[in-house]
Amino acid sequence: MSITQILFWFLSILTVFGALMVITRKNPVYSVLWLIITFMAISGHYILLNAQFLAIVNVIVYAGAIMVLFLFVIMLMNLDADAEPQKNKWLQLAGVVAGGCLLLILVASLKDAETKSKMAELGTGSIGLIQNLGQALFKTYVLPFEVSSVLFLSAMVGAVVIGKKN
Amino acid sequence: MPINNYIFLGIILFCIGVTGVLTRRNAIIIFMCIELMLNAVNLLLVAFSKMHHQVAALHQGAASTVGTEGQIFVFFIMVVAAAEVSVGLAIIVMMYRNTHSVDVNFLNRLKH
Amino acid sequence: MSQFVYLVPLFPLVGFLVIGLGRNVLSRTLTGLIGCATVLASFVVSVMIFNEVRTPGFMPVTVRLFDFIHTGSLNISFAFQVDQLSSLFLLIITGVGSLIHIYSTSYMHEEKPHHFARYFSYLNLFVFSMLLLVLGANYVILFIGWEGVGLCSYLLIGFWFTNGDYNYAARKAFIMNRIGDLAFLIGIFWILAQFGSLNYADVFTRCQGGATAPVLTGITLLLFIGATGKSAQIPLYTWLPDAMAGPTPVSALIHAATMVTAGIYMIARSNVMYTLAPATQAVIAVIGLCTAILAASIAIQQNDIKKVLAYSTVSQLGYMFLGLGVGAYTGAVFHVMTHAFFKALLFLGAGSVIHAMGGEQDIRKMGGLRKYMPVTYWTFWVGTFAIAGIFPFAGFFSKDEILSHAYAHNPVLYAVGLLGSLFTAFYMFRLLSLTFLGKFRGTHEQEHHLHESPAAITIPLVILAVLAIFAGFLGIPEYIKPDAHILEKFLAPVFASSQEIAASASPAPGTEWVLTIVSLLLIAAVSIWGWTKFKGYTGPAKEATGFAKILENKWYVDELYDAVIVRPINALAGFLNKYVERGLDGIVNGAGRLVQYSSRQIRLLQSGQVGAYVLLMVIGVIILFIVQIFL
Repeated sequence: MSITQILFWFLSILTVFGALMVITRKNPVYSVLWLIITFMAISGHYILLNAQFLAIVNVIVYAGAIMVLFLFVIMLMNLDADAEPQKNKWLQLAGVVAGGCLLLILVASLKDAETKSKMAELGTGSIGLIQNLGQALFKTYVLPFEVSSVLFLSAMVGAVVIGKKN
Repeated sequence: MPINNYIFLGIILFCIGVTGVLTRRNAIIIFMCIELMLNAVNLLLVAFSKMHHQVAALHQGAASTVGTEGQIFVFFIMVVAAAEVSVGLAIIVMMYRNTHSVDVNFLNRLKH
Repeated sequence: MSQFVYLVPLFPLVGFLVIGLGRNVLSRTLTGLIGCATVLASFVVSVMIFNEVRTPGFMPVTVRLFDFIHTGSLNISFAFQVDQLSSLFLLIITGVGSLIHIYSTSYMHEEKPHHFARYFSYLNLFVFSMLLLVLGANYVILFIGWEGVGLCSYLLIGFWFTNGDYNYAARKAFIMNRIGDLAFLIGIFWILAQFGSLNYADVFTRCQGGATAPVLTGITLLLFIGATGKSAQIPLYTWLPDAMAGPTPVSALIHAATMVTAGIYMIARSNVMYTLAPATQAVIAVIGLCTAILAASIAIQQNDIKKVLAYSTVSQLGYMFLGLGVGAYTGAVFHVMTHAFFKALLFLGAGSVIHAMGGEQDIRKMGGLRKYMPVTYWTFWVGTFAIAGIFPFAGFFSKDEILSHAYAHNPVLYAVGLLGSLFTAFYMFRLLSLTFLGKFRGTHEQEHHLHESPAAITIPLVILAVLAIFAGFLGIPEYIKPDAHILEKFLAPVFASSQEIAASASPAPGTEWVLTIVSLLLIAAVSIWGWTKFKGYTGPAKEATGFAKILENKWYVDELYDAVIVRPINALAGFLNKYVERGLDGIVNGAGRLVQYSSRQIRLLQSGQVGAYVLLMVIGVIILFIVQIFL
């Protein structure tokens, strides 16, 4: 058990536990906080995989901007555990069973796949570094990159139009 | 690290997201679960990109750029997710303003 | 001129369209003018065509207008055939038709203008259909005309549609005709299947040696069933007496002179096939004879002036079929012609009487009209003599020809036919006496109202009377004056093939003289008896009893049909309506209800609950995975 493996398992458990907490908390604020923890753990996974750029972006964009937006909205609406609408028990059960089935099916279908010998080495490789990704992004993928800016603009306009008081 | 670990981690995260979508009625929580699913996929993509890079590096040397596309793709997923969240939250706000709740069953009114 | 044969049916068609479409704007005068002018124009063209056909060495002309049905090897063209037979019929139809149109202008004058126009448009349509029928160069065109005249007959019988009984009579005529038409249509299909063509020329050449005797017998019998419907023979004759519900000129034109002879025309046209099927000919002869004798016996006890004439028509048609059955095609066509003249004359005369009596048709309430209506009386008298078969009137020659052929065929046929003609003489003189002789037996108002009809009515009567006197001389038999049978010579090309197959037998000249004199004497005796018996008639003495009652009730044939066919069918229909219909409804409505019910259930899936949709989606994904991976 090297340090990286210990880290991997710790982060994995944290991720799964955080995700479970997200979906089981009654209070939406707690859900958001647990989701932030989950995203942080995923960022840790990225670092282990030497995908440093994505790790940073994940922290900034997801755990930062997006989750703060969620928090804002929740606080704006003054939601708490009492205001939480509840599904009836049977539907909840059905949802859990369905999710569990999906899990089972996917695991069952992939456990025999030819991936046992395939490895994803931790802590090595340079493709995740900012330099390499920057080269690829601004040379090969410059057009999608620019188009995504238009997407952002339209999303902003949309958000303003929808959120505006009428 | 065997790639299977990453695959199963991704599956577990994704299924937790699905279960969350199925069991909650709070629109914001559902939205968050969707983000969770996206992240599960992102994690898997990064792992796959590393895996391919290593296989290629054995043949072409360490300077190979195979696997970059996977990470670029993750980057774009984040970009789109950010845009989606901004619009989605705006819709939820509007919904709340009209119904004073964030219950997705508000959409039942489409029936009538 | 025969190239322009299409003008003949075109004129009445144009007349029908103009009058029919303009019925609300045309005045009575204009309507009458157009109606008569179109038919007269057709008559003029027909006369020209006839003149051309009459010239020696004339070959039949077929005028192809366009392809009517062209599919695969089947090619039915819309073509007219001009030959001796069709040109003769053209003359009869347009000639008698013109006279009756002229007559109608006066007879129908009481009607409102648009009804008047309706009447004339129907009449023109009828003439058009009838002309199609006789001009067609193949069985399809003939069938179109055949159905067309049936339709017009229906429309005109039910012309006064506010009267329920008249509508019933019209329906009856139409339905009984449909029965025959179905058989006729099947016969046509059979011809097509057997010979691969429906053109007369092709069929008649191919049927000699191209088909076995049973097939030909089947085809000809089917065609004959069609003819029994249209030409009112047993078993489909009962519609014709009821058809007297229509206006009298209609009875004269459609139910005496033209439409009812369509069956005879059709068989005369198909003479080759019939000659090749002797079994069918025997059936035709027997049915024709039975019809002749049955209808004549019924006519003796009828009291409605038009009913008497109607049964007389049925009876005379029976004679024509007898002629066809014994192979006397010329005789049958000859009788069609003479019958068209004198029966139209009698009907128009009856119309004139009804007109004068203010709509009264019961001959027991007439009498003594001779002094009020001299023209009508004398023309009616001529008609009576003609139909009774008294020398030298038209009926004598044509009936005599048929009967002498029948004798050569089988003396029994002759004997029964002669008996029928005695009946004919008796009831006609009874009718003449009751109507015109003796004292007037109607009301005072009617007596006051009596008058001779106007010129538009009397002129056609006179013209027809002249024809009824002289038309017989077209067919003077051999034994009286050799080579004087103009009509036979004229029609010889049409019946040439039949004569080659089986020459029509005629008795020895000596025998013929005997037959003629015997029949003449008998008819004269019966005529005088009928004349005197009813001359001093004062009113119905008592209820008819026994045999007379049976005759008065038309042998109860209508009642028999009612009991055997109509009621069972109605009962069956009622049963089907009550039970089977319910079951079928259950099936049909059940299908509808099932769809409705399942739709309602499926609709519940569309709950509008997004959660439920997502759940279903996930389940669907799971199922897809299972199917993909484990199955």
